[in-house]
Amino acid sequence: MSAVNASGWRPSMGEGAGEAKFATSSGDYGLMLEEALSFELGSADKCGVDIDDADRAPVSGLGRFLRKAAPALPGLTEPETVRHYTRLSRQNYAIDLGPFPLGSCTMKHNPRLNEKMARLAGFADLHPMQPQKTIEGALEVIEQLADWLITLTGMASVAMSPKAGAHGELCGLLCIRAALDARGEVRDVVLVPESAHGTNPATAAFAGFKVESIPATPAGRVDVAALKAKLGPNVAGVMITNPNTCGLFEPDMREIADAVHAAGGYVYCDGANFNAIVGKVRPGDLGVDAMHINLHKTFSTPHGGGGPGAGPVVLSEALAPFAPLPFVTRGDDGSIHLVEEENASEGHAQAFGRMVAFHGQMGMFTRALTYILSHGADGLRQVAEDAVLNANYVLRSCEDLLPAPFADSGPCMHEALFSDAGLADGFSTLDIAKGLIDEGFHPMTVYFPLVVKGAMLVEPTETESKAGLDRFIASLRSLAERAKAGDESLHSAPHFAPRRRLDETLAARKPVLVWQGEAGVPGTPSLSEIGGS
Amino acid sequence: MRYLPLTAADRTSMLETIGAATVDDLFVDVPTEARLAGPIQGLPAHASEMAVERHMTTLAAKNVSAGSAPFFLGAGAYRHHVPASVDHLIQRGEFLTAYTPYQPEIAQGTLQVLFEFQTQVARLFGTDIANASMYDGSTACWEAILMAARVTRKGRAVMSGGLHPHYGEVVRTMAKFTKDDIVSLTPELTADPDDAAVIASIDDKTSCVVVQYPDVLGRIPDLAAIAEAAHAKGALVVAVVTEPVALGLIEAPGALGADIVVGEGQSLGVGLQFGGPYLGLFGCREKFVRQMPGRLCGQTVDADGKRGFVLTLSTREQHIRREKATSNICTNSGLCALAFSIHLTLLGGDGLAKLAGVNHARAQATFERLTRIPGVSLLNTAYFNEATLILPRDAREVVRELAEKRVLGGVSLGRLFPVADGLHNGLLVAATETTTDEDIEAFALELEVVLEGASA
Repeated sequence: MSAVNASGWRPSMGEGAGEAKFATSSGDYGLMLEEALSFELGSADKCGVDIDDADRAPVSGLGRFLRKAAPALPGLTEPETVRHYTRLSRQNYAIDLGPFPLGSCTMKHNPRLNEKMARLAGFADLHPMQPQKTIEGALEVIEQLADWLITLTGMASVAMSPKAGAHGELCGLLCIRAALDARGEVRDVVLVPESAHGTNPATAAFAGFKVESIPATPAGRVDVAALKAKLGPNVAGVMITNPNTCGLFEPDMREIADAVHAAGGYVYCDGANFNAIVGKVRPGDLGVDAMHINLHKTFSTPHGGGGPGAGPVVLSEALAPFAPLPFVTRGDDGSIHLVEEENASEGHAQAFGRMVAFHGQMGMFTRALTYILSHGADGLRQVAEDAVLNANYVLRSCEDLLPAPFADSGPCMHEALFSDAGLADGFSTLDIAKGLIDEGFHPMTVYFPLVVKGAMLVEPTETESKAGLDRFIASLRSLAERAKAGDESLHSAPHFAPRRRLDETLAARKPVLVWQGEAGVPGTPSLSEIGGS
Repeated sequence: MRYLPLTAADRTSMLETIGAATVDDLFVDVPTEARLAGPIQGLPAHASEMAVERHMTTLAAKNVSAGSAPFFLGAGAYRHHVPASVDHLIQRGEFLTAYTPYQPEIAQGTLQVLFEFQTQVARLFGTDIANASMYDGSTACWEAILMAARVTRKGRAVMSGGLHPHYGEVVRTMAKFTKDDIVSLTPELTADPDDAAVIASIDDKTSCVVVQYPDVLGRIPDLAAIAEAAHAKGALVVAVVTEPVALGLIEAPGALGADIVVGEGQSLGVGLQFGGPYLGLFGCREKFVRQMPGRLCGQTVDADGKRGFVLTLSTREQHIRREKATSNICTNSGLCALAFSIHLTLLGGDGLAKLAGVNHARAQATFERLTRIPGVSLLNTAYFNEATLILPRDAREVVRELAEKRVLGGVSLGRLFPVADGLHNGLLVAATETTTDEDIEAFALELEVVLEGASA
């Protein structure tokens, strides 16, 4: 394995800010910058916006409704605002800084053309309730993206409005509920594999179903026999993640779907891991009835520190009539129509209702369509192949040091799963994860899936170069060796991050969820007040 | 392909390390009959940045953007000026391309922003606490009803007729499946909101009343009176704010007795974006914290004793509690929360009050001018920056005819409430600081022409 830091760069600070050789007067250490809260920096007499005509604004007509005092929110001028948020941004790790190998999260590069296109005034400065003649280009974006999603998945239809993956899951399950209602059947159980993402059982419960768990086989797949044994007249359907959360394809998907259909149920597929198979496999060919697609995973819209996402749901012929309002259709003459409450009775009377105000995540649709057009059918196929290749490269480059529980049964898909078995006594996944931070990487997904003890789920994505992967692999191997040798310094990692390990117990025991001080206290607080030494 | 760093030589050497002959050998678990032999037929191949930009720009040009015409739409989405620094800052890669802050040591930027955001929302709403965001106002509204049911252990929610009809539809859709009991009051064209009907609908089984403030017709309900009546029967008040700029001028719902305040944060920092992504705001009393949906950021200290922030109280959430979670929400609206927070930091409380004053003044100028047109009258006794005009005929046609003349003249009540026949002559008109005197005059002249054309 090639040497780490081949460029010769070394961390300039001995043991992190907290253990530096001397304390600086400012509390900052070179480019390691501390930043107070906006509430501590701002004051009531500052404003970063010059408001036209503010002096001649009458407020008559509101009488008894008037607020007694302006909200207690300190303001900052523009230079202070730009500096506050820029300094804060430097305390974040991000894809733009290096690999972000969170398993099941598909943290790939976010192309900047997507951002530019979403900001065209013709998309960004458009009101959702403008007359249809003034929004035809927007409806066309939705229709074109819908067409790509339908074709890529081999399904009949797509509901575009869900706001994120979990919201898409809910949409799919409500379509199933509506289809059962239309059949006049009451089925109240949804089967969910124990390896599923937490949103699956939460969504099923949110939609009013009872959740029954299906075990995994020793090979990390759904136990088909156990699943079949649970099928019956009370089962509305199954929720299966494919590729699954162990990073493996479910080879028996078609058999499972056939059995579920034969028993009168429907198949929901969690599409969080679609990146592994886009352009290679169409879920519609596997008997899937509904699948959400996280545009913020497979189709590169940015995660933004926790959203916004978008979760369109592709639907089979059986579920398509129940898709929620609003949606966009193309007539036989090529004209595009927006279907909402006003005109739904014309041929869409079975729509199960509405999940959001307006049309869904338009800003994500423009970004995803831009991404899809950039790649084309050939490029998307290459995306899946490179994502799977990168994951298998990590798997085979580390499995001699970190046990890979399912590697004997063959290649993985887009993510490599390891466990912490075999580390020295008292060392675990957490030590490897926090050690990676010191190495300059974001950790992988840890302790998930729950079916593997001390799980480490690494999803490199296709946008990592081989050289970048080699650096990551070298760090991961080095950490595994240190953990096997019982290197105690790992227990206190990270040493070089903006913060050391944080006291999560304290945060939960005495929740402090809003700033407790008074607004507009002038001046920067002393370092001791913001917690420095 | 410009986004794929692996070279052909890389792929060959990596396959060698893996011990596979071809990349297809890595897809061995996929049954042969399900494997596509090549790129899906009938779809275009990859395209250059220039070609894609040309395609998307052509589509964008088919739309009439709000800034290119006299524009008066509101109804839960408002056009405000967003300072340039907001969009610059949210595009910093450290914010834009970060994930949910699961590793707090290297996510303090996002976490501190969320802590500041929660504080801003709580102070704006007059609630003790607020969460780190929901998808949008409509989904936050449904989550508030579920939360009220958990807190009160009762399952009957009363919704004012002044609630945005999309919000009402979301609630009724969800309740159909969860079997919650929802009482939806009928919207009516009255000068004042339906406070009395809301109060009369509260009984001992009521978990909450849901009241939009200002309501969808721009009227301002008496939250304090509703809260007094609700609390007397052990019900909670859920206030819904679709225009947070209003709270620069009118009293905070929490200060008037609302127990849960939800809202749409789009007005600050986010922009119109054809309806999404938007930003759900969620605040409530501190004693309800363990029944709240969504992520919460809390203050703590690190191993060196320095102040820091973490996601906390996650035992409410799906990744820990699975089917027993308070909500299934995972990804929320982080970047929109950042934009909202930056815009509000630039404004400050006094700036927001000034901005709200200008909005109200522009609306006054708009309605003063439009009601001079024969046959046009104002419904509202009171309003902030949006109110309902009564026209002499169906406002749906009027809106379409105005659009032909390149005037975006509000949202017709017929579109908002298609089944309520009595409302169809209503036109919802909003003005903000972006509305100029020229816009108002152009709207008035064309409206006059459109209405005259019909009577001629």
